[in-house]
Amino acid sequence: MTHRIDRRRLIAGATATTALLAAPPLVQAQPQALKIAVLLPRSGYLAQAGQSCHRGAQVAGKVLSDHGYRVELVHIDIESSPDISRTQTEKVINEGAHCIVGAFDSASTLAIAQVCEQRQVPLVVNIAAAPPITEQGYKFLVRNFPTGGMLVTNGLKLIKDVLDATKLAAKTAIFLHANDTFGAAQRTAMDALFPRAGLPFQLVESIAYDPRAQDLSVEVTKIRALNPDLMLVVTRAADAIKLVRDMVRQRFEPKGIISPGSPGLYDEEFYQALGPLADYPIYNIPWADPKAPMSQALEAAFKPAHPNFRFAVECFNVGFTFEALLIAADGFKRAGATNGAELMRAIRATEIASHVMIGPPIKFDDKGQNVGIPSAAVQSRNRTPTVVLPAAVATMTPVLPMPGWQRRS
Amino acid sequence: MNPSIYLEVVVQGVLTGLVYGLMALGLSVIFGVVRVVNFAHGEFTVVAMYAAFLLFTLAGIDPLIAMVPIAVVFFGIGYALQLALVHRFVGRAEHEQFILLVGLAIIIVNGTLLIFGADARPVRLSYGFDSFLLGPVIVDKVRLYAAAAALAAATALFLFFRFTPTGTAIRACADNLVGAAVVGLDVRKLYALTFGLGLACVGAAGALMETIADAKPELGPVYTLIAFIIVIVGGLGSMTGALVGGVLIGISEALAGLFIAPSMKSMVSFALLILVLVLRPQGIMGRRT
Repeated sequence: MTHRIDRRRLIAGATATTALLAAPPLVQAQPQALKIAVLLPRSGYLAQAGQSCHRGAQVAGKVLSDHGYRVELVHIDIESSPDISRTQTEKVINEGAHCIVGAFDSASTLAIAQVCEQRQVPLVVNIAAAPPITEQGYKFLVRNFPTGGMLVTNGLKLIKDVLDATKLAAKTAIFLHANDTFGAAQRTAMDALFPRAGLPFQLVESIAYDPRAQDLSVEVTKIRALNPDLMLVVTRAADAIKLVRDMVRQRFEPKGIISPGSPGLYDEEFYQALGPLADYPIYNIPWADPKAPMSQALEAAFKPAHPNFRFAVECFNVGFTFEALLIAADGFKRAGATNGAELMRAIRATEIASHVMIGPPIKFDDKGQNVGIPSAAVQSRNRTPTVVLPAAVATMTPVLPMPGWQRRS
Repeated sequence: MNPSIYLEVVVQGVLTGLVYGLMALGLSVIFGVVRVVNFAHGEFTVVAMYAAFLLFTLAGIDPLIAMVPIAVVFFGIGYALQLALVHRFVGRAEHEQFILLVGLAIIIVNGTLLIFGADARPVRLSYGFDSFLLGPVIVDKVRLYAAAAALAAATALFLFFRFTPTGTAIRACADNLVGAAVVGLDVRKLYALTFGLGLACVGAAGALMETIADAKPELGPVYTLIAFIIVIVGGLGSMTGALVGGVLIGISEALAGLFIAPSMKSMVSFALLILVLVLRPQGIMGRRT
């Protein structure tokens, strides 16, 4: 039997083939992996922290794969600039990113959130504390990081615990903070929460500084004139080095330097630059749980990938960045889809018990905020961040007042 | 507040301003003679900071001593750069010069980021945390030493331009280019020497800056901006103006930090810049053209 291909059959066949090729995604095979764009400030003034987060993203692929998650990561540098964040987000979405993770900096995160909302692509915030991020009603965003208010609330409570544990009698304190989006948010939270915190000392002044300043000598001179017992600080990275350096040069020795929740005092560059002078500041922040299996798996992957960096120092940036990727990957696994609406629905319904940072299972409220992230009091001891409170997870007891600068070995 | 605090802040401002002044001096010298604005000025300063960091880390050489070999190497770089690249753009439209040097600046920033990474690179000097107690006033050792070295370097440059035949020839080029060419001066070579001297200033200033601040790639644009503010306030092309501008910016920023708010220090610099542009557009020590 022979089949003749006449003109009608040819047209019908061609139409059917065209229709099949142009068929909506419903009949196409789902992608094998979730394409996630990781947007971080890997250059510019936030580069140190951005690079640290990037190291977390670099090892995340392997750990997620080992746990049965399928992701494809695209690493993008946002150059510490909200404008570049916005344009890069547009670009990666146009290039097929299903989900965005980032961006360490609150200002950049807000810029990215606007684009994600317009394009209906989920954004999982790794680190960024400014409250507006989850207060503006964004539907395509979740944040697995405390708000500025949560950080300060937890931080102030832990200050009280530290003072009780060390029996330190402090009468006065100053609050020194960076004047960027994060620092300003911390200041707002501090102004609102400190009067109700019931701390036994008076906050005599709040001082804002530019984190890009060449030195902090004038700031330290001003603080020295006030002679407070405690310095409560919200620093970023290199500015923490400048702060301690100028304090030592000006022979100013408060009884304690405590951060109610900020980076800078536990970075490797801080330890390298200051040596023994880097020890004894306390920072009340979320921290990695060394006993958690996921944390151990991440550390095991991190060590060979980044032999020049210590997980104990980097676990904050690395841990939160990994968790953001875990949330996205887990959402994809449950949704089985990459379109924004379905993926976002699955991400909002997240409940991950096995994760890296200290705290209960990762869950989000109606605003997309994880409200269950606790802080720990971490003190630099022998140039290693060491949990000193709460006692249940502490490996050392807190030491205050700080030994004098001249008495450091 | 204790009155000695005010004096201390002014002293800090003067000392930091002198190092800024030396850095800006290089920009002023190059523009004053070659009439090219070096938009990669701050980036070269950062390269000098990294050079000081490397010499200290690998060979234990104090940046106060390393400033001499670094300045010599930077002189060579400047000389070669002028002959090979910048000279082709002398006399061309400003925007072409701008694009050339901004391109160079971008390459330097990203090159240093690739080579040294994003972390700050400090030198750990044995006296890095020491200070002098002069009555009630505390003065940082490093800042005092760096300012003294900056003053010495600036003085040497002044003497060179004032008392050597080459310095006189360069000044002749700056004053009357056609006349200088007519009397047989090798303008191309003198331009290269000037660019070399400008970068030597940057090399020395960068080495000194490394004792005060820590080398980081993103400092480049910040230093370029500071140098611009200083030379415009002091007078573009005026050597004395660069030092005066540096000290003025240093003091005004320090006092603004004390009296207004530390986070508004930069705003005061810009306010000063606008004030000078309105009241005396040629700068404090500049000549009206």
